[in-house]
This record gives sequence, C-alpha cells and structure tokens, in this order.
Amino acid sequence: MNLVINTLDELLAHAHELEREAVERYEDLAGQMEVHNQPELAELFHKMAAIEQQHVVKVESLAGSQPRPLAPWDYQWQTPESPESVPVGQGHYRMNPHQALTLVLACEERAEAFFAELAESTSDPAVREMAVQFAAEEKQHAELLKEWLARYPEPKADWWQDLDDPIAQE
Amino acid sequence: MGSGGAGSITTGSLLLEAAGQVGWYGLLTRSVGPQIRGGEALAMVRLAPTPVTGHGDRYDVLVALDWHNASRFIAEVPLDDKSLILADANGGDPPPAILATGAHLVTLPFTDLADELPGARPNLLALGMLSELLGISMDSTTQAVIRTLSDKGLSAAHATDALAAGGQLTTTFPHTQRLAPPKPRDTGRYWLITGNQAAALGALRGGVRFAAVYPITPATDLSEWMAPRLQKLGGQLIQAEDEIASMNMVLGASFGGIPSMTITSGPGLALMTETLGLAVAAEVPAVVVNVMRGGPSTGIPTKSEQSDLNIALYGLHGDAPHLVLASQSVADCLTTTQWAVQLSEALQCPAIVLSDQFMGQALTICERPAPLPDAPPRRIASAGSDRYDRYALTEDGISPMAIPGTLGRQHTADGLEHNAHGTPSSGAADHLAQLNKRCTKLEQYDYGDAWAEIDGEGETVVLTWGSTAAAVLEAATQARASGLAVKVIALRLLSPTQPDKMALAMRGARRALVVEQSHSAQFHHFLRAYYPLPDQVEVISRPGPLPIRPGEVLNLLLHGNQS
Amino acid sequence: MNKAEPLIARYSHKDYKSAVKPIWCPGCGHFGVESSLFRALAYLELPPEQVAVVSGIGCSSRIPAYTQCYGFHGVHGRAPAVATGLKLARPELTVIVTSGDGDAFSIGGNHFIHACRRNVDMTLLVMDNEVYGMTKGQPSPTTPADWDSKIAPGGTGVNPFAPLAVALASGANFIARGFSGDPNGVARLLVEAIQHPGFSFVQVLSPCVTYRPEEKFWKKMVHSSSVEPTHDPAVAGHRLLSDDGFTTGVFYIGNRPTYTATVGTSDNDLSAIEEELAI
Repeated sequence: MNLVINTLDELLAHAHELEREAVERYEDLAGQMEVHNQPELAELFHKMAAIEQQHVVKVESLAGSQPRPLAPWDYQWQTPESPESVPVGQGHYRMNPHQALTLVLACEERAEAFFAELAESTSDPAVREMAVQFAAEEKQHAELLKEWLARYPEPKADWWQDLDDPIAQE
Repeated sequence: MGSGGAGSITTGSLLLEAAGQVGWYGLLTRSVGPQIRGGEALAMVRLAPTPVTGHGDRYDVLVALDWHNASRFIAEVPLDDKSLILADANGGDPPPAILATGAHLVTLPFTDLADELPGARPNLLALGMLSELLGISMDSTTQAVIRTLSDKGLSAAHATDALAAGGQLTTTFPHTQRLAPPKPRDTGRYWLITGNQAAALGALRGGVRFAAVYPITPATDLSEWMAPRLQKLGGQLIQAEDEIASMNMVLGASFGGIPSMTITSGPGLALMTETLGLAVAAEVPAVVVNVMRGGPSTGIPTKSEQSDLNIALYGLHGDAPHLVLASQSVADCLTTTQWAVQLSEALQCPAIVLSDQFMGQALTICERPAPLPDAPPRRIASAGSDRYDRYALTEDGISPMAIPGTLGRQHTADGLEHNAHGTPSSGAADHLAQLNKRCTKLEQYDYGDAWAEIDGEGETVVLTWGSTAAAVLEAATQARASGLAVKVIALRLLSPTQPDKMALAMRGARRALVVEQSHSAQFHHFLRAYYPLPDQVEVISRPGPLPIRPGEVLNLLLHGNQS
Repeated sequence: MNKAEPLIARYSHKDYKSAVKPIWCPGCGHFGVESSLFRALAYLELPPEQVAVVSGIGCSSRIPAYTQCYGFHGVHGRAPAVATGLKLARPELTVIVTSGDGDAFSIGGNHFIHACRRNVDMTLLVMDNEVYGMTKGQPSPTTPADWDSKIAPGGTGVNPFAPLAVALASGANFIARGFSGDPNGVARLLVEAIQHPGFSFVQVLSPCVTYRPEEKFWKKMVHSSSVEPTHDPAVAGHRLLSDDGFTTGVFYIGNRPTYTATVGTSDNDLSAIEEELAI
C-alpha cells in the first residue's frame, strides 16, 4: 500500500493516532512489567507513555482540536501497527532495561521512517514541511534513546533462563 | 390396566376428571412398560370426598382390559379379598398372583360389546361401568369424554351410547363400590393439575420468564406445558443442546436480570452441578426443578424415588451453600417452586427444588393453592458514578446486583474467587470473607414457617420429606384414631438447615420415625448430621419404585420395629 | 463499514480497559486481541455498559475482567450457552464471547456447534494459540498431530480439526480469521462480525510465547485473503478446506435469519393460564 497523505488534517490524524497508540502500548507494557515484578521497567514504560502523551497534546494543539479519527484500518501505516507502538508479541517477562530501551528505540526509528517516507511521498508542501518536522523530532528522540541505551549493559547470554517451571493457573 | 393401545391411562384420567366435576377429590398415577407405543400401562386412581395426596394401602377395583404382561404391575396393585377385578372376557388369563390375592373376579364382554356398538371402544365401556359402579354421574363422565375425545373423531351420541352400555354391565355383578357422596364445594376454586404443571405455574407466579431445558423423563412434560404459556407472558423457553448448556443459559439470562429456571432429573442434575457451583460463586439466581426418578445412572426413568437428596445437598464442589427445597404434594409443587424462585432471587443464590416422578406426573384434583405473600425482590444496583462493589460485604450478606446496561455499574460476574469489588483474588482474606458472605446471607434470612409442614402434637415424631409426606400424614391420622399422639414434621427447606426451628419443633420428642424412599437412608443420615434426634429412632428407607404406603408407616408407628 | 464519522472520538481504548492488569505473559498475542477488541468497540461507539463480554476458562477467558464492559467469567467451555441466555434475555446488549481453542473447540465443542446452528446474534472471538496455556502446555484440538509435549510425547497422533469449516457446516452466519499481530485488521473483522446479524465467528491466531515459542514465526506465515468474502457456503467450504490455516480475512457472510426467540415485555396476568386448570 502506497503512502498517500496530501492534507494536513490527514497528517495530523495519523500523527495523533500514532502517538495515542504509543501511549496505550507503553501503558500496557508498564502494566505487564508491574504484574511480572519488574518495577524498574514498569517505571520506564510509564515514563515513555508520559512523554508520548505530551506529543498527543502537542498534535492536538497543532490541530486546534482532537483530530477526526479514521477507522483503525484506514490509517496508512506501512507496518502491521502504528509505527511508534511496540509491536504485539514483543517484550519478555525477564527482559532487562537494555532490551526494553531497544524496543523503544525501534519505535522511534519506525516513527521517523514513517514521517520521512510521508514527507517524500506527499504532493502537498505544507504536509511535507510538517512531516519533515515530525521526522526530525522522532530522530531527536532516537538519538536521546541511544544515549540512554548506552548506559545499560546488554543482557547476559542466559538472560531468559528461569529455573522454575511456568505455573499452572486453572 | 391394559396394553397395545387399550387406552387405560386415558380411562383413568377421564374417570378422575368426571369425579372431580361433581365434587370428589382424587389422584391418578401411572405405571408403564418400557415400550414407546402399545406397551402395557396401568392407571392408579384414588377418589375420595376429602383431599387426596397419596395412594392408599389397597385398591377396591381393578379393571383389566387385558392381562398382557400384567405381572409387571402386581407389586404396584395391592388387592385383597374385598377387592373386585373386572376383566375383559377376551383379555386372556389373569396371572396366578392376581388370583392368589383372593379378589373377586368378574369377567365382562368389553370387546364383544364394543364390536357391536358404533364408535365404542372397550375402555369407554369400562369407564361407563366404573362411573355407574362408583356413583359418578353419567352426565359428568360423558362430558369429560366428549371434551377429551371429540377431536379423535368420537361423536357425542356414540360416546353416550358406549358409556351407557358400560353402565348396564354393573347389573351383571352384585358388588357395589359406591363412593361416599362428595361434599358440596365452590366451583372455580379447584384444579385438575399434575405436579409438573404445578411446578411450572409456581415458577411463572414467581416471575420466571426464561427457561432453558433439555428433555429428560420424568421432567420433560413440565417444560412442554410451560413453553407456550411462558410465551404468552412475554417469556421464552428454549431447548438447549444438553443440560450443561441449559444451566448456563439460565445463568446468562438471570445475569441479564430475568428470573430464570431449568428442569431436569438425576443424570441431568449431575451435569448441572459444576454450573451450580458457578451460580453460588458468582451469586446469580437460578432455579432447577429436579423431578427425581430411580437412580443411579439411567436407573428407572419412569418411576419415583427420593435418591437425589444427596447430590442436591452435597453435589456441588467446594464450599457452596445453596438452597434445596422439596415439594410435598402435587399442589405443593406450585407453592414450593414459587417460594424457591422468591428465595433464589432475594438471596442471589441457586435453588434446587426436589420433586419426584410420583408428584410430577400425578394428576390430581386439588384446591387452588393460595397465592404466596410477596417476597423481597432481587436487590438491584441502580446507575451511578460512585464506586461499585458487586460483592460488597453487607450486613445481611446480600449485595446489590447491577444488570448489564446499567451505567457506571459494570463488573464481571466471576467464578474465580474475588474480592468485594469483583476482581479475581486468591488471597486468604478475600476467600474467607466471600465464603462467609455467601454462607451468612442464607443463614440470616428469615424463612418463616414454610421451612416445614408440622402436623399434630406428640412425643412420637415422624420426620419425612417430599412425596412420602402423604403416606405419613395419612398414617398419623390413623394412628391418632388408635390413640397414639403423633407429630409429623415434613421438611420443605432442606438447605440451609434450620437448627433453631427444628429444636423447637422437636421439643419433647422421645421417639422419632424417619420415613423416606431411598435405599441408603439419605434423609436419615442428613438428619443425623444436622439435627439432634431422640434416642429411639426407627427408619423406613425403601428405594423406589414402589411407593411407601400409609399402612407400613402406621404399622411401624403402632408396633415399632418388629425385627 | 459506512458510518458517519464523528468530529471527535466518543470512545477510545481507555474507555473499555479496566484497572485490572492482565496476567498474560509479556509477548502474548492476546494483548493484541485485547487492543483489537477495544478499537472495534470504540469504532462502533458502543457504550461500555451496553456490551457484555462472556467467557469460560483459559488465558483468553480472562478478558472480561480486563474490560470496562459487563463481564461474565464462567465455567470451562460453556460461554456460548451463557451468552445465548443473556442475549435472549437482553436483546439490546452487544454480546461477545471470548474463548480459546481448548475452551471453544474441545470442552465447549458441543456448545460451539450449537451456537453456530442456533444463530443468536452474538460474536464468538476465539484466540487460537493451539495449546492449553493455563494448565502448562497440553495439546488442544488445533495442535498439530506431531507436536511434542509432556502429556503426549512425540505428539498426539491426532489431526487438528478445522474450526472455520466446522463453523460453516454448523451454520455460523459470519466466518473470519485474523492474526493478533495485526490488531487493526482484527479490529476490522470484529467490527464486521459484531455488525453482521446472527452468530459470527472470528478465529484469531494468537501466539503463545511460553508454550509455543515457535509460533512467533506465524507473523511470517499469515497472508491476507486475496478473494472477496462469499455468500455461498459451497464456495466458502471449498476455500476453507483447501486453505493452509494461515489465510486471514472474511471467508463467509451468510444471510440466515437470526434466532429471535427473545424475552419481551413481561405480562404478569396469569389468570387465563390458571383458568385452563379449573375444574
């Protein structure tokens, strides 16, 4: 599916949904980490959610109101989900901050790629200008995340190992 | 009795109806062979000028349209030398065991006469003969026949002729078995009804508007009677794919705010018990009318027994307090089922009503049961935006239930143990608090006097439940006539138990008789577990299919255990 | 799919999500299905209190408590029956059954078949991970015959069954398959399923990261249907039976009449019924 966005309304709708879903997914992950006794990662994902929430607000202020939502399947994501969300199936109950930040970094990079591609493909100069700006912001976040990432060691080879079996629940 | 389409059941019910029309009371039960069509069938009718809830110790008259496979029924038809057997001349030879009773046998030409009369059948001649013999007005009998058989092509003139010809037959034998004349009674206050119909009507009176059922003998006719009538009231009855589904459909509808019920018999109840546990945990009202039959397994589906008491009381997994009630007569099937609906709704708890094949399929003439007083309805949570705890720990243990669609009261009804809010919890404190809540609400409720029927006073107390109450009450009356002071306690509310009320009822008791229709004395053991009994206890615990008769209870009352 | 779009969204994810946090393993496909459900409900602008989510037992069946809708978390396999009773009692509610492959197809197989056949207006959403998760990794009716497990070393030797084909043969009125890794695609299927009258069945392939880690490759195996949904059961049947089990999309849209024996306004006058019994 080719990316065709030629109005600011459409761009803002996409940007809004992208940030909103990122918030949702980070909150989901924060909850998962709380349930799995990873308070440090829970805090990290809450923090990411809060940052993305600021972006939601920013997009709303740019749009002047909450943009008109599209049907979930009408957004022109070039990925299975909106690009700034950690994809379903990612994450692990034993992951460490390095791995978590790697997931987050990938989100920022996908978002940057999305806006960059949008800027390239659009025929509308105003859309291009705003998309370029969004791409630059995402790139900036990505750079910041790379710095954070460098502070955390990579996981050990056996990071996923758990001496206990899973627990039967029902 | 008769076989191969002789129509003996129809004959019996027409006789009962005709007698009822002119003021008698009566009861009809039946016994049948295993065939779907054309099998041997026996209709047992008891008529009296006073209310009848059970059979007596003997029969005055046996009409045999034929003797095919009649030995199957010998144990169910006690006859003696005062009994009269009226048999068709072409019906074959009576079994020796019948002749051994000493009953007086008269052979009559039912089939020969029927061949001569247009539209006549042997059973109509027998009915006319019985009508004349017992002193039931021929008009009443004719009307009953026309009402029932006109849609089978029988003309009024032919019916009248056949019945009259049957009546004429009584001139050929000397015996007279006339009934004592009926007492005058108001019209419109009496019903001709089966226990299954009464239970269905009780449920309707209680407000049931949804039923999901799976066919099982001897409960199916309850649902067949109920289905069209439920629709007339705006409700629905649907046939589910199995008993598990029907029980779950009931919970779904009840969760949706509609009082709901199902019907079943032993094997079906076994399938429902997991879901009944869910109803206890999730606190969803639901009523199961279990019409008991001989068990275990397929057992004797067409005959009565009181052997589902244990599964009804103890069949649920976990600590699962719930309501168990028992009907005591055909008419009481209405009262008890209605009460069960009221209790289930008020207490947000499943109720099992134990009826049995005897009551369920017995056709009786009874006084129209008085309406039950209104009971507190289901406690409902109204819309709101404040915090809502579905399983809040209230003083009486009952917490308001929000019906789906109510704004701001969303919750999940859960079979997982939960906290007061309804969130799943495996915590010890939550488990204990919710167990206490579910127990307390049943224990604190005021069940009034309906927990048992108590009759008479005396140091001798007979404890019974269900349909055996009829034989016990009759025996007690006879015992009193012999000078023995007897008190009868027939339990209607089996769970939760009522220790204080029972203690009061048993005060001064020195001797207890326990009467029940179960091989393993389930009721006796239940009483032993929950209620103090005097030192002297005698037990009649016989399995089905033979009913417990007044005479054996009387014998025990007057003479004790001879063994 | 024609719908006047509102100026602002009346509902979003947060309006349907409760404060109860899922116990699912991080990485579980069910998180995606949960998102899809909330997106579908938000798209349809269904007030949460007008939606009932009914479930049985298993990982998937935990969903009701995670929603802000009315929920019923019952016994294993029987959710379609509970939902049937609820929908007949309260026809104005949107009723959704959430289930798993063990719950819906094994212990609940009979109810699955008869719910399809009865065609009450509801949606059955089965999160199929081809394994029992809550009991630690036993094979389910959709597990391949050679999957090695503790309980069946070397595999069960029993072929998996085809739930969509069973649903079609049983009379389901809408049949679709989605993949949890595509929440917007699943949301679309759910919207169509909920909107379509009668019994709708949506199977969502939803990987189990704990007991079937190999299922993470499902994302490379799923492919969307290249053909339009059919109204012809024969065509749908051929398509389903020749399918590799990884095709996503709507396979069948039927037009069977919906079961409508619903409870209506109650009449409390029993006098006519009681008069029948008078003697």
